[in-house]
Amino acid sequence: MSGKGMNLTLKIWRQKDAQSKGKMETYKVNDISEHMSFLEMMDVLNEQLIAEGDEPVAFDHDCREGICGMCSLYINGEAHGPDRGVTTCQLHMRMFNDGDTIYIEPFRAAAFPVIKDLVVDRSAFDRIQQAGGYISVNTSGNTQDANAIPISKHAADEAMDAATCIGCGACVATCKNSSAMLFVGAKVSQYALLPQGQVEAADRVKNMVAQMDLEGFGNCTNTGACEVECPKGISLDNIARMNRELIKASVK
Amino acid sequence: MSGFFKSSIGRKVAMALSAFFLMFFLIIHLAVNITSVFSADVFNELSHFMGTNPAVQFALQPILLFGVVFHFVMGFVLELKNRKALGVSYAKNNGAANSTWMSRNMIYSGLVILAFLVLHFIDFWIPEINVKYIQGDMSGLHNGEFRYFHEMVAKFENPVRVAAYVVSFILLALHLLHGFTSAFQSMGSTAGRKKALQNFGKIYSFAIPLGFIIVAVYHHFNHH
Repeated sequence: MSGKGMNLTLKIWRQKDAQSKGKMETYKVNDISEHMSFLEMMDVLNEQLIAEGDEPVAFDHDCREGICGMCSLYINGEAHGPDRGVTTCQLHMRMFNDGDTIYIEPFRAAAFPVIKDLVVDRSAFDRIQQAGGYISVNTSGNTQDANAIPISKHAADEAMDAATCIGCGACVATCKNSSAMLFVGAKVSQYALLPQGQVEAADRVKNMVAQMDLEGFGNCTNTGACEVECPKGISLDNIARMNRELIKASVK
Repeated sequence: MSGFFKSSIGRKVAMALSAFFLMFFLIIHLAVNITSVFSADVFNELSHFMGTNPAVQFALQPILLFGVVFHFVMGFVLELKNRKALGVSYAKNNGAANSTWMSRNMIYSGLVILAFLVLHFIDFWIPEINVKYIQGDMSGLHNGEFRYFHEMVAKFENPVRVAAYVVSFILLALHLLHGFTSAFQSMGSTAGRKKALQNFGKIYSFAIPLGFIIVAVYHHFNHH
């Protein structure tokens, strides 16, 4: 493919604002390098649209390094596109072929309303975090060094794995039930596995699950789609742990 | 605790608990049915015991009926809630890329099983209730012989009914293929994610429906 770029047909969701009814629009981009990231391809499209005097396509992005959790996009029927273990910004055009038609849609869920085009409001995740995704530590200057507390390698590794969740919302977008349980499971787990998280464990899981339900996310039916599409490979084990934590907190 | 069962996870747990109960019941039901292939007498004795023992009739049977109804009603409630949680449908959605057909279509396999249960109740349960509790005949006899085996075999003469049973049990197998391991996950256990239990689940999911199919087909071809 080096030398000559790809010619692509893009079918993109356009929606003026939260109140408007959106629809899929078709665009053409030519001479796309296989080395471009997906978002760079979107940049090319937008420059083309601006040059033609049209409104560019709005989409979320920030670090473009795969760790901020800001980019989203449902590409050809999959959250963050066809590659595995990457966010959209780390998805490369080499995953596509010359002449392809690519569907680009916003992450869909009743709890993720579209703000404009491909930008959705994921602040429901922030409110779930605020409901209990933290530990209360006195920062008066007498705080114990976290490294002074012995933690098994196994627990530390599992907590770290859960903490790699970047809260992008791919789990919700890909779930046939729009369930947020992989996200909440990861956030509950990262504390449940560590001694610092034990003090508030029961309240944390109760409050976070209550907020998750309140936000209107669906019920997990264990299809496992979230785990496959998660750019950080968050394990379904975290959902089981959250279930266990809630059962434990409720029988107390 | 009441708040627990109103939460999304509480409902999952309730769904899983009823599923475990129903999966255990399937083993018992199949164990009884299988005897009919080997001995009409044993089948008759077991049927009579099950059909007339007060503990089975007035304790286990209501629990079972509750379990069945609960699993269906909760399944529908969850499905409706989940549909409400969805946004605008995707123009292109590739579900097969990340999940099994069985896991995405539990509501449809469940609906086929529900339709089967209606047929099954019309075939066996309602006539039994009629004979025993409306006509008041608890003897289990017809012309001086136990009636159960003959009544059962007569039902399987009709090839359409046998075909309906076979199709329903294939859908049950698909339902169990996802449901078995899913129930463990919902209960907060990661055991369902381990190879050993997954393999056991697969064997269970195929063996139980196959057993029921064998019984139906056997009687269809052997007792005209």
